[in-house]
Amino acid sequence: MPGATNGVFEMPKTTYINAQEGIKSWLLTGDHKRIAILYLISISIFFALGGIFAALIRIELLTPGPDLEAEMYNRAFTAHGIVMVFMFLIPAIPAVLGNFLLPIMIGARDLAFPKVNLLSWYLYMIGGLLTLSAMLMGGVDTGWTFYTPYSTSYSQSYVFLTGLGIFIMGFSSITTGLNFVITTHKMRAPGMTWSRLPLFVWSQYATSLVMLLGTPVIAITVVLLAAERVFGVGVFNPNLGGDPVLFQHLFWFYSHPAVYIMVLPAMGVISELIAAFSRRRVFGYSFVAFSSLAIAIFGFLVWGHHLFVSGQSAYAGIIFSLLSFIVAIPSAVKVFNWTTTLYKGSISYETPMLYALAFIGLFAIGGLTGLFCAALGLDVHITDTYFIIAHFHYVMVGATVIAYLGGIHYWWPKMTGRTYPEFWGKLSAMLIYVGFNLTFFPQFILGYLGMPRRYHVYPPEYQVLNVLSTAGASVLAIGFMMPVFYLLWSLKFGPVAGPNPWGAKGLEWETASPPPTLNFDATPIVTEEAYAYDAEAEESAYQAALQQAKHAK
Amino acid sequence: MWELPLMPQQASTIAEKVDALYLFLWGLTAFFTLLIFVLILVFAVKYKRGKVADRSNAPDTDHKLEAVWIVVPLAISLVIFGWATSIFFEQVRPPADAVEYFATGKQWMWKFQSPEGKREVNELHVPKGRNIKVTMTSEDVLHDLFFPAFRTKADVLPGRYTNVWFNATKTGTFHIFCAEYCGMQHSLMIGKVIVMEPDEYERWLTSAASGTAGQATADASETPAQAGERLFTQYGCQTCHQGASGTLGPSLAGVYGSEVELQNGEKVKADDDYMRESILNSSAKIVKGYQAVMPNFKGQISEEEVMNLIAYIKAQQGSGATAQNLTPTGKR
Ligand code: HEM
Ligand SMILES: [Cu+2]
Repeated sequence: MPGATNGVFEMPKTTYINAQEGIKSWLLTGDHKRIAILYLISISIFFALGGIFAALIRIELLTPGPDLEAEMYNRAFTAHGIVMVFMFLIPAIPAVLGNFLLPIMIGARDLAFPKVNLLSWYLYMIGGLLTLSAMLMGGVDTGWTFYTPYSTSYSQSYVFLTGLGIFIMGFSSITTGLNFVITTHKMRAPGMTWSRLPLFVWSQYATSLVMLLGTPVIAITVVLLAAERVFGVGVFNPNLGGDPVLFQHLFWFYSHPAVYIMVLPAMGVISELIAAFSRRRVFGYSFVAFSSLAIAIFGFLVWGHHLFVSGQSAYAGIIFSLLSFIVAIPSAVKVFNWTTTLYKGSISYETPMLYALAFIGLFAIGGLTGLFCAALGLDVHITDTYFIIAHFHYVMVGATVIAYLGGIHYWWPKMTGRTYPEFWGKLSAMLIYVGFNLTFFPQFILGYLGMPRRYHVYPPEYQVLNVLSTAGASVLAIGFMMPVFYLLWSLKFGPVAGPNPWGAKGLEWETASPPPTLNFDATPIVTEEAYAYDAEAEESAYQAALQQAKHAK
Repeated sequence: MWELPLMPQQASTIAEKVDALYLFLWGLTAFFTLLIFVLILVFAVKYKRGKVADRSNAPDTDHKLEAVWIVVPLAISLVIFGWATSIFFEQVRPPADAVEYFATGKQWMWKFQSPEGKREVNELHVPKGRNIKVTMTSEDVLHDLFFPAFRTKADVLPGRYTNVWFNATKTGTFHIFCAEYCGMQHSLMIGKVIVMEPDEYERWLTSAASGTAGQATADASETPAQAGERLFTQYGCQTCHQGASGTLGPSLAGVYGSEVELQNGEKVKADDDYMRESILNSSAKIVKGYQAVMPNFKGQISEEEVMNLIAYIKAQQGSGATAQNLTPTGKR
């Protein structure tokens, strides 16, 4: 770790963590940092739960025959999908890292509406627990996509309760988005102009817009689904003059932009990490910032690429295909920008940077295989197969989860005041990278061979690839579990971090670790752009320090 | 079982084209992934902290460079888009001379009917080298008829007709999967498509007609149009839709494929979906000059019977023709 922090620093006396005592002071807090911690704990538990369902899926698929009952398998992959999407991927980076960092990064004392922020967490928990209780009572078997008419007229499972949970969690997204947008507009410290905003803040801003505009649509869709199931309204029921494909349009009109709710914040995190560990301003700052907005806006226009074989008109398919290719370009450009940022940097390879580099590699494959899916003639063959499963895991896990973990490691010293053991951090990052590729790469081939998704038994010729995939998942699971242990360990035994253990730029590193309740002792005044790094100067300072250390010996 | 294939068999005229695009895209993916990988590796080694290197005048932006990596991916994307769309046109437009088979999806089985009238469950025998179109609908939820070896699939929807077509180039047995999640036994909603040499197929048809297949032996020798004619009398359709002029109801000869003017002045094309709706829910669209007197047959006629009736109506092209001397498109 740069700047040898071991034992040199002392913990600040009062921090947001010890400013008040007792469980009540946490459950009634308005402090965005405490709320972030509440989210961190609940989201970690949900992630573990989603992981257990993933393990069930992979164990079933180890052999071609049935090991679990069909019913149970269907409920397991549905639970896996719902938990991962609605309870982990969508809230993870905004609710944990965004909540903790956004106000600090712009030099504010809190979010614009602290109580609304607390309400968001309660909405999330109530919705999450309702959905979980549905799972405990027996679960849902519709897949997380809830396609009608199966979900409305045929499924004998807890569709209504699950939907209610998702509906309520949606309001958590909406209030968080609203809070972030207003905070970014109104609460920036003096001197924090839009062109000095950290890219993480830009990405949160763009994400919040998507949350605000998109989430109401899924809320309406869920209400229609419930009305259809309970009262037999007939909007989606062909026997009553409805249209099942309409449901798919409504569903994906939200759920495609939701992919950007997951990925944009991840891109924001990666921009921060790359800049900090290569000591460079992100190459093409303004393009990276505006491409977030561009992706957010154009992301609303491509939902129909999930419906190429659904019976929608072929001409609609062509338009959606074209738009999908175009919306891919800003993402491609970001990858090049990050790579170029390394050029002439002064790069070091601590755990967060390993995650950032892993991100670029996995996101490149996730993005490029997206072209396969957008390509009409090819998608007809691969849609609804394991190729799609592989593609979206590369994007959602390879990008969102990896960036989330990278971010957690990077800001851990800020959040807790302590550093974790680098060796274990690096080892787990590498295990995750290897395990991930071993799990999901074979699924591209499996999908092209024709193995459909949501199959609990399959023809025997698909077994080799499934065995590889399950083996990879075991490695991946170990990689995911390691941080739980060493991060918890570090809470008590980790060396005290000091305000800026990485020597990074950004307002969050100018206050104590952990920060005081109001973030800064005095409102900061911003005089320079984000990432005012000078790799050349920092490198010579580093060299000089090295020389000195040598002489001292 | 333990070999490791990378691609399914290429058994249709489209398969090769889809595979070519697929391989091209993997080439592209490999190229860009390696490019990024190598760049990162070079920078990572060269500019590692503590390593002496020239770090002066590091660029913050370079609009020319950025323009290059906007324009190049865009150009490549457009090429792929054009290529993939041309394949798609071929996949979704059945050739005019395609022989029409029927399929009904139902939790959890596939029911097929050939133009010669042969019914099968979860098995579909087809001749090699012929354009074959499968028109399909569902009796319950969404399904999806997927032929990996032919590189094509399409969703099967309740209340609507969709279709897939292919031209098999290889004899043999290939997978049929349901690719749209449809409930508990979704993964058992599978079947086999058996591609035969045309003469072998002919022999199979005649031998099977003797009635070894368990169900529906009585109509195994009927073509869908003939079955439709039988149903037409059985359900009493002919009482209203009789003769060329029609009595209570419009004549059905030559209706299929024409433009029909409705009571409200709208014009609709009389396609499969229109026919189906007119049979099951007849009051939805009333033809100009007629009354809404026809009963709704919803709940009384199965999806297969509807398909047979449509095949019969379709066969009545040109006035005065009878079902016997006109059979569905493409049948010799
Ligand atoms: C150890 C890691 C994981 C493994 C082995 C795994 C495995 C799988 C498999 C095999 C499926 C397909 C189920 C099917 O369609 O039959 C699936 C679906 C899915 N996974 Fe994962 N997964 C993992 C981690 C994740 C993570 C971390 C996320 C998100 C944070 C995620 C999100 C999803 C979603 C949204 C689906 C779709 C569910 C559906 O089809 O209804 N997965 N996963
Ligand atoms: Cu199915």
